[in-house]
Amino acid sequence: MAEISGEQDREIIIVKNLEYTYGDAKAVEGISFSVKKGEIFSFLGPNGAGKSTVINVLITLLALQKGEASVAGFDVTREPQKVRESIGIVFQEITLDRDMTVWEILEFHGKLYSMPHAERHARIEELIPLVQLEGKRNIRIKHLSGGMKRRLEIARGLMTRPKVLFLDEPTIGLDPQTRMRMWEYIKNVNKSGTTIFLTTHYMDEADQLSDRISIIDHGKIIITGTNWELKNTLGQDLIYLETSNNSNAIEALTNLPSVKDIKEKTKGILVMVNDDGTKVLPVMMDILREAGITISTVNLKKPSMDDVFIYYTGKEIRDEPVGKSSIISLRPGGN
Amino acid sequence: MNYGFLNIYWRDMIRFVRFRTMLISSLLQPALWLAFFGIAMSSSFDQLMAGVPVPTGVHAVGYLTFMAAGIIAMTTLFTSLFGGMIILFDKNWGLMREIMASPMPRDHVIIGIGLSGMTKSFIQALIIMVFGIAIGAGFFVGYWVFQIALAVLGILLFVGVFSLGFLFLSAGIAISMETPEGMQGIMMLMTMPIFFASNALYPIDAFPEFLRVISMYNPMTLLINGIRYFAIGPDFLALGKYYAYTSTDIILSFAGLLVFAVLMYAFAWWRFNKAVVT
Repeated sequence: MAEISGEQDREIIIVKNLEYTYGDAKAVEGISFSVKKGEIFSFLGPNGAGKSTVINVLITLLALQKGEASVAGFDVTREPQKVRESIGIVFQEITLDRDMTVWEILEFHGKLYSMPHAERHARIEELIPLVQLEGKRNIRIKHLSGGMKRRLEIARGLMTRPKVLFLDEPTIGLDPQTRMRMWEYIKNVNKSGTTIFLTTHYMDEADQLSDRISIIDHGKIIITGTNWELKNTLGQDLIYLETSNNSNAIEALTNLPSVKDIKEKTKGILVMVNDDGTKVLPVMMDILREAGITISTVNLKKPSMDDVFIYYTGKEIRDEPVGKSSIISLRPGGN
Repeated sequence: MNYGFLNIYWRDMIRFVRFRTMLISSLLQPALWLAFFGIAMSSSFDQLMAGVPVPTGVHAVGYLTFMAAGIIAMTTLFTSLFGGMIILFDKNWGLMREIMASPMPRDHVIIGIGLSGMTKSFIQALIIMVFGIAIGAGFFVGYWVFQIALAVLGILLFVGVFSLGFLFLSAGIAISMETPEGMQGIMMLMTMPIFFASNALYPIDAFPEFLRVISMYNPMTLLINGIRYFAIGPDFLALGKYYAYTSTDIILSFAGLLVFAVLMYAFAWWRFNKAVVT
């Protein structure tokens, strides 16, 4: 315990060996991680990976079963009240009363947290312009668009000036333009000093927003790092080849000094290289030609978050948002 | 001191006023009961009772006057039993998570919902009294204005404690349930015996012994004792039966309601502290 309090200046969320079981089903299997003050930290993983369970434990909606967790220096089991006072939350689904107005939603929330009258009203006046809902103050929620509702929820999450803002799948179900605008809001909130913990199953969201990302699958953290650190683990470039004999091609290329790893795909092979791909590729082509292997397709690209994800979890996340087709088409291999 | 329950109260009243159909139907429903059931039953009962001689010096009242007290109690029962339903909707639509993850103590949800439900019952009780008197119920006959004010206050006191009891019960059930259908089923099962095993529509003295005892301690009967005492008077003749309430009877009835409300609060508190909302 001593180390938890010692680290609280820099690390605003500390989780150690967290386990959570629903009945017989293990949702979280011994997760440890920490979030630094002021950063945007993402949990990236498919639906059912255990992301929401971890969030629910951290925001004190689920009781901690095994392990340790502290938020803003407070243990979630011993001082849940202090944790609640220190955080803001945007839940996965819209949690707004359809029959209340924008102003009433914020007023209700401020009162829930016992904010004094004057401070509450001043804060509402600050937040409504921040999320561009000036003209909507007295409009009922049922007349707002999906993006407006999400913005209002972010404003609500910020109402009490939380030390940490939890965002559970903040852009789920939004159109591409609205998603990009949401990212801008989230970045601005972070710039003004709020630490952000977000979960997402969107690669681009984790990639573009986060300072650090943990890839989570089957209730375990597989790897954690900045987006560049994660991509660099796959090497500097990815070269995809379709050849007349893929297994022979792997054998021929595997000893090249610049080759980091080779994965066999359905129709071709994916070579991860530690060097400039544009220089390595001609060498590789020469080698294959000498070995009597013909090449039918070549593709060279930088590793993307999708590649990182596929490499570490062995699968793609299926339900992608619309507007991702450009990235999908760049993906090597057709697995 | 945390005033979180006022916030819950405020939100629930906003919804009450905003759902126009709910508001109007909840105000119209008791009036309709009184108008149709009341007039129909009282015209036939009063005809049956017409030949029965009234002893001198006894204040005889018509059936409409007798059952109007029962209708106030019935409306309060229905409104209160379903008053917790909003908690189930909040839970199912995820709105309860905002509240459960906030620093506000959970018992404030119970108190807030209790107070707003009580307010609704007050409005309904007042409407029935006014409407009942308008169609001929003999409430507050021969009272001075001051006495009427006191009597209305007494009635509201009884209605208030009774409604809190059933609102707490309703809230405790709602936070434990998964579907509105399930909750509706339980409520339907409960309203029937509570309503009919009481003195709302008829005297309970002729009931078989076990039913009579149940009916005597039914919170519904305790409430109606209070309403009749304040609205009609300490002694009167109705349906050929002579009723006489002493102040001790009334204080005991009220104490019974208080005990009921406290027990139901404990039940709701227990359910809320066990509830997991994600």
